[in-house]
Amino acid sequence: MAKRYAEVDGSRCVACGECVYACPRKAIAVRGGCYAEVSRETCVGCGLCEKRCPAGCITMLQREAVHG
Amino acid sequence: MKQKTKKWYEYLWIWSIVYFTLGFFNILFAWLGMIDFLVPLIFAIFSGNKGFCNKYCGRGQLFRKLGSDCKCSRGKAAPKWISSKWFRYGFLVFFLTMFGNMVYQTYLVAAGASGLKEAIKILWTFRVPWGWTYTAGMTADWIAQFSFGFYSLMLTSTIIGLVVMLLYKPRT
Repeated sequence: MAKRYAEVDGSRCVACGECVYACPRKAIAVRGGCYAEVSRETCVGCGLCEKRCPAGCITMLQREAVHG
Repeated sequence: MKQKTKKWYEYLWIWSIVYFTLGFFNILFAWLGMIDFLVPLIFAIFSGNKGFCNKYCGRGQLFRKLGSDCKCSRGKAAPKWISSKWFRYGFLVFFLTMFGNMVYQTYLVAAGASGLKEAIKILWTFRVPWGWTYTAGMTADWIAQFSFGFYSLMLTSTIIGLVVMLLYKPRT
């Protein structure tokens, strides 16, 4: 599993859809026309959405290490 | 690498260019901009989303084409206040007010209280003569007045979009 994943700050998201367009894994969808939501399972942490987001509301976060 | 097949709606940026070009020759074509005005509303009312903006907006695609594909955009993050709720709603109210004023000017011409002004206004401020695009008598004056006003609004918002595309990210 990828080391990072994207997280969207829904309060600042303008639902422009640029992240959806940028995502090579179709891991992002715009919910209810209000904000984008990332599927953590599908996200590979490439950061393309963060780079494209005009509102700067996407952050790349480190996944928690899974032991055992 | 698998080539991504382009869908028909990914070419709608061409429509944006066609629209502004048509308005340069005959201002009455400005009425076609009502498609870009009404279809997003239909999406919002019936689907409850910004589907038009996300997928079908020709101007948005144009900004992406110029900004990302042609690398005209600096790609810098815009100031946070631009995407804040107060600025977004405030700008929407401002824009709707200016649209309402344009409709009022159209009404004044229709009512005979004002004459047709064959000019467009860029950024709600700079009057640019546009008379060659209309011949008096082609249609009722109020239809032409609305054309000039609507084209002005479309051009103004496109110019703003282009400026922020250049300064920040393509679809700012």
